Amino acid sequence: MKAIVTVIGKDRVGITAAVCSLLARHNINILDITQTVLQEFFTMVMLVDTAACEQSIGDMADILEQAGKEQELSIRIQREDIFNAMHRI
Amino acid sequence: MLNQHEIMQTIQMIDQQHLDVRTITMGISLLSCAHSSVKTACDKVYDKITCYAEKLVATGEAIEKEFGIPIVNKRISVTPIALVAAAAETDSYVPFAQALDRAAKTTGVNFIGGFSALVQKGMTEADRILIRSIPEALAVTDIVCSSVNVGSTKAGIDMDAVALMGRTIKELAERTADRGGFGCAKLVVFCNAVEDNPFMAGAFHGVGEPERVINVGVSGPGVVYHALQDVKGQPFDVVAETVKKTAFRITRMGQLVAQEASRRLDTPFGIVDLSLAPTPAIGDSVARILEEMGLEVCGTHGTTAALALLNDAVKKGGVMASSHVGGLSGAFIPVSEDEGMIAAAGSGALTLDKLEAMTCVCSVGLDMIAVPGDTPAETISAIIADEAAIGMVNSKTTAVRIIPAPGCTVGDTVEFGGLLGSAPVQPVHPFSAQTFIARGGRIPAPMQSLKN
Repeated sequence: MKAIVTVIGKDRVGITAAVCSLLARHNINILDITQTVLQEFFTMVMLVDTAACEQSIGDMADILEQAGKEQELSIRIQREDIFNAMHRI
Repeated sequence: MLNQHEIMQTIQMIDQQHLDVRTITMGISLLSCAHSSVKTACDKVYDKITCYAEKLVATGEAIEKEFGIPIVNKRISVTPIALVAAAAETDSYVPFAQALDRAAKTTGVNFIGGFSALVQKGMTEADRILIRSIPEALAVTDIVCSSVNVGSTKAGIDMDAVALMGRTIKELAERTADRGGFGCAKLVVFCNAVEDNPFMAGAFHGVGEPERVINVGVSGPGVVYHALQDVKGQPFDVVAETVKKTAFRITRMGQLVAQEASRRLDTPFGIVDLSLAPTPAIGDSVARILEEMGLEVCGTHGTTAALALLNDAVKKGGVMASSHVGGLSGAFIPVSEDEGMIAAAGSGALTLDKLEAMTCVCSVGLDMIAVPGDTPAETISAIIADEAAIGMVNSKTTAVRIIPAPGCTVGDTVEFGGLLGSAPVQPVHPFSAQTFIARGGRIPAPMQSLKN
């Protein structure tokens, strides 16, 4: 299943590495990735495939949220459908 | 492929603009629960609701997590109890309300609607018993909501029922006086009530509905407000287009959630209700949208026109985004539940008369309005009659949810807490309508041609 991971927070060294390795530990494959830093504000959007992930998306949302809290970031995973519904006819 | 801007736009709507699905409401038919024994009927009601809605809350929460969209309320609506209880040999339907309350609490929903009667053309004995039971039923239960339909475009207005509802509201306020007359927040008096409304307190599962159904109510005043901030000073054509586009996005999200809930609960999808439902939170207000259009404060001259545009554009934008649209669809203006309305009413800019005018062009009606505790029952009945007349003549749903707050006078504020917010006590006209209401009878159904 395709999902979107978004990471938002204050920029510092190692955010991308930390998030990517966390996803890798859960067998989540990154298909596409974009990131920007605007006025020290870090934003990263990833398209991922969760087919090989043993956790459900709901559980992964909890894991990422918890990991985000520890690093003072907002990290979330959402099914791609919600974005397609809102932005594509 | 989605681009970063689109994804971040959605995230911002959820994070900063209070975008949410306001409610997933499961409608359940209780017609099969009718029985001459009250106890047997109530047991059947409890069993059926807890069986059908067993997984409603868990499913709602799972969808919420996977899609990352808050689903604020999970609720149940049932067949009007006056129909279900009519076969029962009793003179009080309070036990039915208690059974609904127990069942709702077991399933974990936060409200259950349908302690209702449809009396637009007259009352059956069961309807009378139900209305007589309302004050006690809503006082002894926590999350049961009640509604009574007193008029329709086809039937006219049942003024006997209107008179009765004025007295019922007063009695209910007295019975819940320790909570500021809170019971009245759970009672709606309708004209042209709809059978598939997912929103409380007026939700019930109509007799034309299937065995069970999933209806979804979307919201998003904050998103519309934010979108309009980008088109400051531009003509109304641009305002309408902006609202339409925003409503489309919000509704698409609601449609997706509705279909997913329907699939997982193995329950037919009914409708998406295209509504802008405010909350008392800052940035989630319908009044602030009207002010963003250029009004100094909601309630001043121009408010009705602004609301008419908003209401129409929300429907136009939403209707293409959903396969089935229904419910109350439109902008809600519940005073106590809207931060901007509370401020406008508190400052005296938004009066009861202006609110009545606004209900001619928007969804529902006089909603969550606190009036002085010593307001006579006949005055409340007359307010209901006015509102029902607007609905009847304009072929639209109107409603009154009014709280004559015991012991409170103009200038006081009644706190209800949570999504119900707080209501400044608003003045009513001091002149009597007693003789008018005492007439009783029916106001005939209006002409549907020669519209002037």
